Amino acid sequence: MSVKKFVVGCFDEETKLFAAVKNVRKAGYKIHDVYTPFPIHGLDRVMGLRDTSLHTAGFIYGITGTTTALSFISWVFTKDWPLNIGGKPHFALPAWIPIMFELTVLFAAVGMVLTFCYLCQLAPFVKKHHFHLRATDDLFVMVIETTAKTNEAEALAFLQQLGAVETNVQEAETGWWLGRYDKDTMPFQVREASV
Amino acid sequence: MSSFKEYFEISPRYRNWSFGLMGVGVLSVIVGYIMYGSSADEAVNARFWGTMLQNSVYFLLVVNAAMFFICATTLGMGAFQMSFRRVTEAISVAVIPLGVIGLVVLLSLIFTDKHHIYHWLNPHGDKILEGKSVFLNKGFYIVWTILTIGLWMVLGYKMRALSRELDENPLPDVESGKKYIFKNTVWASLFLVWFALTVASTIPWLWLMSIDAHWYSTMYSWYTFASTFVAGMSVIALFTIYLKNKGYLELVNEEHLHDIGKFMFAFSIFWTYLWFSQYMLIWYSNQPEETIYFIDRIGNREHGNGFKGIFFINLIINFICPLLILMRRGSKRNYTTMTFMAALIIFGHWLDFYQMVFPAITKDANGITHANMNLFDFGVAAGFVGLIMFSTARALTKAPLTAKNHPFFKESIIHHT
Repeated sequence: MSVKKFVVGCFDEETKLFAAVKNVRKAGYKIHDVYTPFPIHGLDRVMGLRDTSLHTAGFIYGITGTTTALSFISWVFTKDWPLNIGGKPHFALPAWIPIMFELTVLFAAVGMVLTFCYLCQLAPFVKKHHFHLRATDDLFVMVIETTAKTNEAEALAFLQQLGAVETNVQEAETGWWLGRYDKDTMPFQVREASV
Repeated sequence: MSSFKEYFEISPRYRNWSFGLMGVGVLSVIVGYIMYGSSADEAVNARFWGTMLQNSVYFLLVVNAAMFFICATTLGMGAFQMSFRRVTEAISVAVIPLGVIGLVVLLSLIFTDKHHIYHWLNPHGDKILEGKSVFLNKGFYIVWTILTIGLWMVLGYKMRALSRELDENPLPDVESGKKYIFKNTVWASLFLVWFALTVASTIPWLWLMSIDAHWYSTMYSWYTFASTFVAGMSVIALFTIYLKNKGYLELVNEEHLHDIGKFMFAFSIFWTYLWFSQYMLIWYSNQPEETIYFIDRIGNREHGNGFKGIFFINLIINFICPLLILMRRGSKRNYTTMTFMAALIIFGHWLDFYQMVFPAITKDANGITHANMNLFDFGVAAGFVGLIMFSTARALTKAPLTAKNHPFFKESIIHHT
């Protein structure tokens, strides 16, 4: 948890955004994130993000589900409480496969949703800073992380030159914190400096 | 567009390979006929006709799956396949030679009364077969088989002609483009309706399931369809990769390959789903007249277990391998992995067809099944592979490799998964 200073640039067109992301990276700035109203194909590649490991996590959750189902059912039906069902062997694998499949799906699905929420820092009663509210409506919001050496005025001018319709500097919490959107308790003071 | 290689040219090496394989095939059929086919012993004789039946039906359904893919994506307003659409069309041309061969094989089974393969040809005294004679009779088999193969050819030809028609006359405006798409949709749905009435229902019952005439499964046709469709996608992948490797199809990239890979992965799982559903229901209810199908294949003490190996290898190749190898995104975008998996899947489903056809045919007087696969089977398969190679390559030389005037073509170029 730390408060950092960010330079924010808002774009109203995808094409401008793509070029801006490329140029900002080339200029050596560190992009904190880009907030868009809808998923944009290829933006992750332009931003230089690595592939998500969410699917690897999903595979592991799935395997866990399969193993849980198989070990539990086989223990119940061969050791704990063997039943004669239609003269079938106690270790009746074909009959268990649907349940193993379902537990695989259940574990993978629930696990991946929770992991996704964690990675995106989403949860009930948890708050994250919004750099611009219109990022959920019609603006593409690019956020640059600054360091002690960053010249903010220069960065703002650079963003404007790249076609940003709105630019500002914000000091914001980087992570998530407990709080609600209707009854917010700000752990810090947001300072907006419109240019 | 001028720098693009518009027309495929068959390289001498490719031509030699396809003729070589076809030569092996013809030689195998002749040798097989001398060894088995000319025998007066019905069991030996059926060994020859069983191989012919398995290979001609399998490869015919596989190339026909290419036309199914075109029609299904047309109806789904799909665009990603447009950049390699001509490859798919070229593969579906092979329905014509393979259809003729298939027709000859299937009709000779009926006309020469091979009741060692089709027990229902002579149902007298058998209550179950007499009960099924409304569906399983010579007249219906002949008429339906001719109609099926004939309409596949005609409707497939029409779909290809619709695609070719734009090469010389680009669409003038959006309105005519809409009309063109609608016309495509109509013909594609006609093909699909016919496909549903044949491959997805009656044809596998008639051609393959009736070998085990006393047994039945309503899932059998979907199982056969899934089997041949996933092999068909693999054939499309192989030809696309081959052409890409030779410097053609500049507009196809790993995004398109990724989507073909998804089809191969998804339909391998779908095939397994049907395989398992069929198996589990029969295993669960445990009725003798149903379990006989799996006893012939997996075997037990009285029936021998000749097909056990093939039965489980089939499951490993067609389920475990695609599941584990094609699951990763990277492997579906990798040309080497995709080539390997496509070849493996085509072989795997050929093996699947082998164990669908042969157990009932090779059953001896004691009810024991014998898997006596040998070079004859592989030789005939090689012949069909050569024929598909030759027919597809010939079709590729005749049409431009890019369907560049299709309304969805741009969408395919910028396709991104």
